[in-house]
Amino acid sequence: MSETAQRLAELELAQAPPHPLREFWNYFSQNRGAVVGLAFVVLVLTVALFAGVIAPHEPNEQYRDHFLVPPVWEDGGSWEFILGTDAVGRDIFSRILYGARYSLVIGFIVVALSLTVGIALGLLAAFFRGTFEALVMRAMDIMLSMPSLLLAVVIVAILGPGLFNAMLAIAVTYLPHLVRLTRAAAITELSKDYVVASKVSGAGMPRLMVITVLPNCLAPLIVQATLSFSNAILDAAALGFLGLGAQPPTPEWGTMLAEAREFVLRAWWVVTFPGVAILLTVLALNLFGDGLRDALDPKLKR
Amino acid sequence: MYSVNTSPLLSAQNLCRYYTVRPHAFAATTTLKALDGANFELRAGSTLAVVGESGCGKSTMARLITMIEPPTSGQLSVHGTDIVNATAVARRELRRHVQIVFQDPYGSLNPRKKVGAILEEPLRINTNMSRQERRDAAHDMLQRVGLRREHYVRFPHMFSGGQRQRIAIARALMLKPSIVVADEPVSALDVSIQAQVLNLLMDLQDEFELAYVFISHGLSVVEHIAAEVMVMYLGRPIEQGAKRLIFDSPRHPYTRALLAATPFVDPQRRAHRIVLKGELPSPLSPPAGCAFHTRCPHATALCEAERPALRLLQGRSVACHHAESI
Repeated sequence: MSETAQRLAELELAQAPPHPLREFWNYFSQNRGAVVGLAFVVLVLTVALFAGVIAPHEPNEQYRDHFLVPPVWEDGGSWEFILGTDAVGRDIFSRILYGARYSLVIGFIVVALSLTVGIALGLLAAFFRGTFEALVMRAMDIMLSMPSLLLAVVIVAILGPGLFNAMLAIAVTYLPHLVRLTRAAAITELSKDYVVASKVSGAGMPRLMVITVLPNCLAPLIVQATLSFSNAILDAAALGFLGLGAQPPTPEWGTMLAEAREFVLRAWWVVTFPGVAILLTVLALNLFGDGLRDALDPKLKR
Repeated sequence: MYSVNTSPLLSAQNLCRYYTVRPHAFAATTTLKALDGANFELRAGSTLAVVGESGCGKSTMARLITMIEPPTSGQLSVHGTDIVNATAVARRELRRHVQIVFQDPYGSLNPRKKVGAILEEPLRINTNMSRQERRDAAHDMLQRVGLRREHYVRFPHMFSGGQRQRIAIARALMLKPSIVVADEPVSALDVSIQAQVLNLLMDLQDEFELAYVFISHGLSVVEHIAAEVMVMYLGRPIEQGAKRLIFDSPRHPYTRALLAATPFVDPQRRAHRIVLKGELPSPLSPPAGCAFHTRCPHATALCEAERPALRLLQGRSVACHHAESI
């Protein structure tokens, strides 16, 4: 290569697009809502990790002289119980901090479960077109035709109430979306030449699936996973509220709501604060997920 | 290493590939004859150019030769081994000898992998080389195709089209194949880059004694690189022979039309334009008789009635009833 040609090539590479991660952050940070969402998610994560250090009280400790103490700014409130106490004298603030752990764990496990099974089924359906694909996809259609919470209630009713069974049930209801998404993305990728090139190099089916195709299908899956995360928290709270999820005295947000139902009129703080915690966490995750979708979707890029 | 061996590396006899298709939901299935009877032989260091319009079966031929798809009928042998009846193990071994370079350098490189990983993938799958050996081989190949060692750690999207095509060529050569199928390797590139990539392909051919099956939709590109030319129309070869014969004295009217459509810089060589009338017929229902008769300026009743077979004429094969008279 002559010197000028070399210099030209140099110049061309200097103008090459920035690193994908940096490019991603450029797009992501333009969306202020998404950044706020991310900040709040990080806050919840920190609270969950350090609940034992931050929380002023044990989540299940009952202060028998302090039933239904109002939050600090109300008459009769005290700094000892910042957000007041519930009907059996437990500190609501501490319970909410500990509850963040449950919510994050629920979100994480549900997403991990449905993502693993969903990706596996979706990839297999994309690779083995025909009978297998038809079987899987029609099964997913049937699951989609039922309201997801109702389906979850049925599954919990079969397995028995409890936090883990509730997570399992929610994970099952999220499967169809992930299977469809994975299959669609994989079919698109399969038609591209780099997959054929891998085949010609002798790549076997597992390698094609996991190493060649899957990484190129991840963008929509990441977005769906973040959005599922917030939905899982919401659905787990709903199941908890119905008495099918986490059982008392677990400081899970939905279960806390269910326990406080009868005090809605007398002691508003008992229901309000867990509800606000759910609201803010889910809102933050959704904002973050939206930002993620905008940043990862090339069609929305300017 | 192959120079002593004069038997063909690749040979095809009456190679066919049919697809069963259903044009729309309520139609009966019909047979699409994507490739209907191709014969050729290819020797080490030589280039066979396959030329034709889109839909003439040239890409199907690439898929058959690279063993992505099995032929419907006919024989295809690589290194003297019939791949149709070969065992899975033997076919896997033969795969290493046949590699492919695609038309679109933007779709043929995995966007999530670094150039190094793309180049090393064939070695990872097919050899027991150590990480260091693979890295050295990739570095070496990068330099041979005119790129630099630093490019090893970059992602495909950081390269221009021509550079990407160089990477694709490097990947095809990693396993030291003897046959490379080049499926329109320069038609997606800028004209100024086309010549560079063609020169690179020819240099590499000399260096590694490669045999090319060079697929193209125009004859101008082919003139530089081919030894033998096969012109195809609707799944059938219609004229086939040494490059000079085809370029200097084409006997089939379709070859003439293709040649007349080729832009030449030299005004002496510019033939008067032969403009074909009509569209390429649907391959689902090719015309009876000679498939070209609907667009041929010399067509007669004989052409509509009877399909001309490939026959030897003045040193090349041609499928035309009136090859002598026109």
